[in-house]
Amino acid sequence: MPLHEAPFKFVKDLGPLASDDKMLDTEIRITPELVAEHGLSTEEYARIRKILGRDPNFTELGIFSVMWSEHCSYKSSKAHLRRLPTRAPQVLQGPGENAGVVDIGDGLAAAFKMESHNHPSYVEPFQGAATGVGGILRDIFTMGARPIAVLDSLRFGPISSGAKTPPVNPPDNAIDDETIARNRRILDGVVRGIAHYGNCFGVPTVGGEVQFEPGYSANPLVNVLALGIAKKGDLFFAKARGAGNPVIYVGAKTGRDGIHGASLLASAEFSEESQQKRPNVQVGDPFMEKLLLEACLEAMQTGAVVAIQDMGAAGLTSSSCEMASRGGLGIEIELARVPQREPTMTPYEMMLSESQERMLLVAERGREQEVLTVFAKWGLDAVEIGRVTEDGLVRVLHHGSIVAEIPAHALAEEGPVYQRPLAAPVPAANERLAEFGAAGADLTENFRRLLAAPAIASKRWIWEQYDYMVRTNTLERPGAGDAAVVRVKGTKRALALASDGNGRWCRLDPFVGAQLAVAEAARNVACSGAKPWAATNCLNFGNPEKPEVMWQFSRAIDGIAAACTALDIPITGGNVSFYNETLGRSIDPTPVLGVLGMIEDASRALGMAFRAEGDVIVLLDGRADAASSPENGRREFSSSEYARTIRGIAAGAPPAVDLAAEKRLIALLVALASEGAMQSAHDVSDGGLGVTLAESCFASGGLSARVSLTSREADEAALFGERGARAVVSVTPANLARVLSVAAQYGVAAQEAGLVVRGEFRIELNGRAVVNADVPSLNDAWAGALERLLRGNDFRKAE
Amino acid sequence: MKFGVVVFPGSNCDHDAYYALGQVMHQSVEFLWHQSEQVAGFDAIVLPGGFSYGDYLRTGAIARFSPVMRAVEKFARDGGLVLGICNGFQILCEAGLLPGVLMRNAGLRFICRQVHIRVETSDTPFTGAAKPGQVLQIPIAHAEGNYFCDAATLAELERHRQIVFRYTTPEGREEAAANPNGSLANIAGVCNRERNVMGLMPHPERAVEAALGSADGLVIFRSLIESLARQATVSA
Repeated sequence: MPLHEAPFKFVKDLGPLASDDKMLDTEIRITPELVAEHGLSTEEYARIRKILGRDPNFTELGIFSVMWSEHCSYKSSKAHLRRLPTRAPQVLQGPGENAGVVDIGDGLAAAFKMESHNHPSYVEPFQGAATGVGGILRDIFTMGARPIAVLDSLRFGPISSGAKTPPVNPPDNAIDDETIARNRRILDGVVRGIAHYGNCFGVPTVGGEVQFEPGYSANPLVNVLALGIAKKGDLFFAKARGAGNPVIYVGAKTGRDGIHGASLLASAEFSEESQQKRPNVQVGDPFMEKLLLEACLEAMQTGAVVAIQDMGAAGLTSSSCEMASRGGLGIEIELARVPQREPTMTPYEMMLSESQERMLLVAERGREQEVLTVFAKWGLDAVEIGRVTEDGLVRVLHHGSIVAEIPAHALAEEGPVYQRPLAAPVPAANERLAEFGAAGADLTENFRRLLAAPAIASKRWIWEQYDYMVRTNTLERPGAGDAAVVRVKGTKRALALASDGNGRWCRLDPFVGAQLAVAEAARNVACSGAKPWAATNCLNFGNPEKPEVMWQFSRAIDGIAAACTALDIPITGGNVSFYNETLGRSIDPTPVLGVLGMIEDASRALGMAFRAEGDVIVLLDGRADAASSPENGRREFSSSEYARTIRGIAAGAPPAVDLAAEKRLIALLVALASEGAMQSAHDVSDGGLGVTLAESCFASGGLSARVSLTSREADEAALFGERGARAVVSVTPANLARVLSVAAQYGVAAQEAGLVVRGEFRIELNGRAVVNADVPSLNDAWAGALERLLRGNDFRKAE
Repeated sequence: MKFGVVVFPGSNCDHDAYYALGQVMHQSVEFLWHQSEQVAGFDAIVLPGGFSYGDYLRTGAIARFSPVMRAVEKFARDGGLVLGICNGFQILCEAGLLPGVLMRNAGLRFICRQVHIRVETSDTPFTGAAKPGQVLQIPIAHAEGNYFCDAATLAELERHRQIVFRYTTPEGREEAAANPNGSLANIAGVCNRERNVMGLMPHPERAVEAALGSADGLVIFRSLIESLARQATVSA
């Protein structure tokens, strides 16, 4: 686990302790104030005393505070997370390990997981994002899997002053230039940080998504999903075995960075002083991590490694006590042997340091030299710092004297679990909904503006800064398809990955919004030809101590559970990030779902680009009878990207979700792709049908579309409504009959909508042209928008 | 024919070069650890892309002092074929085996993109199978690919036809807009005077299968293999 967010005020208070304190840790008296500063409640402290049968000393207090922090213990979320479906035949490892693992055939396993690094990325965007990537990569190769792909799900505050029309519900236009400039700077730093780490490490950053909403201005989200591959028999787990086996510390030296990153960092809201917390964000070294990767995988091959765990959040503390606890054993370590960056670190500091690029492993007694030799070859520190014991205790020594002694299982597994109070938020009063324009009006200019909205516009400016090709597996690069597709060398298979999550929808209805996040991610991998195989999630919410936030969380969990159950997608793990608040204002609740999909035949992987003039454009709608589809009514329309960009409104309700329809559509897409019956597939999502059609044209590099539709809905709802369970596919005329008949078998409505052409991009609704433009001019609006906003900003000077 | 792919700490396109040579080109290929002090038995050496030594100090600046580089320098002086890709190109420049330097991209950002490069000369062991003027689509992925040398060196490069590739439009026009990183004279790759050492910023090993977007990089590896085959015939 990497570092997370924690209550910043404590970090400030702990400042003097992190300096060269003359007082020994053992001499510091445990006062109620000190306990409170560590983020522990009176009840929690009483529990600690009960476990120990005495008062803890200062080091022990620090250890409990990180292990029982929200970030490490999931104390507010645990009770809810149990409702998620986690079992399926393909699941080899569900939640609870460093990453989830699924069987992908051919004797191989895929390890994947998503984690957040939100607060650090706000405080120090470059290093915060970089170490976020580093943390999740370690989680993957700790399992013995070589990372082969990374996706990033990013949320920022607005980077433009938005629509010119007067704003109503979202305070978009009210955002001042300074905030916009800061949001751009955060975006720039985060992107450069991800690029810095992933590119150097040598893992391709193949996809993800980016949204811009006012709620993220003072609390951006940086969620990173990593995927790795291992032979099934070569998987490693963080479970200590064999009393007497040596415990070996490997990788970077321990410094004073990130102390209390997980515990106290992750459990409070931001204040105006949060920028002063920069020293609490660790600095990543992707070069060191690359060496660690190679050395770990090579050491694992010796057969002398028994267990291994990365030191992320809570560093040495969590790695030692979790390995011991999982193995039902104890661990004894001597801190004087720990490689240190500074000579005077106290036990407290060493146990709580979150220095990056470190691992703890257990080797087989008598074979430790084999392990040490591998690390020496890669030029890394590897030191035996202790041994596995039978007594079930984590015993920490410093120059021979015991500085902490805690039952491992109680520490790791018997932390508090809370059923926090829930309360539905009061609905906004006098909510103004978007009005529809007159039927038959020309929507071309609105369409052009929509295409240039940061949320819709091409993200090329971002993904070109990432090496998305290294390891030569990337079949569908960013922007080429609804999902990123990487092949699995040595097999016929490929894996697809997509992540999705709409905070605006989840604010309006977390239950429906969360279901839509699952549905869209699953639909995305299906559009690339992949069968949804398993999912991970990253749940970004506000302060769980607020009943409204906890209600949002609970409803979102119910939504994810309902959708994953309906679509047969097991959840194999994930991450919860609470306390995403600044100055008392919570972010929009943002559950992000990452879905992994399986393509049996990599040559069938599908992109979104139209391929040939004369191909037939077919609109697939998972509802058996499209005419019976619910309309994109005003309430649903008011939550669309179009309503936001053109009308300045973000209100109403998310589109109604129909999981049965989604399931039919997904099954159809997978079936059609597997027989190669489609030329392209692209789901209808942000920006609605209009944007879906345009993106398939843009990706084609020169083709256009002529489409004629009939609809009972208002023009703008028909064109820009975001109702799910729909996809636009193109098929050759020869395959059309086949596609229509298979669609009918699957109970999916298939409407011939038009043709792939050259020249004018034209959409007719009920016989009247509502969009009419040439593709290059639309493409210019879409392709250049982000760059126009971000180029010329002198970010460095501004920092 | 036996190829050696050097592995420096931080190399990350070593597996890709190995795969392209072994699995796609069906050649014998082995990794060469940076601490190897000799490269005997290899017919050609590839310095792969990546971030050798984390790019600390300056790209390629530390790697050039690796023990293996002494052997590679000797191998090159004896006429052995050496191909440097991306970071490998940077290392060759730092080692003085190729002229010029690679600076930060003009835009100061990492760029990963399919670009077009024009074959400026087929009179090298790396381009013998290509036609002069042939345009190849090959991706770049770097932050320091902005080639520079002084005017005298540039004149030398021109005179001795050492500029092997230039960034161009897909139609082969040498335009500023086709230059992704600000390289002097749109230079994407150069060779030494003896023509046995060549470095380029684009990644031909990423362009050897149509499924990955382009197979235009094949011609470079094919040239290399054919050239080695000719050498073998001559020496036989």
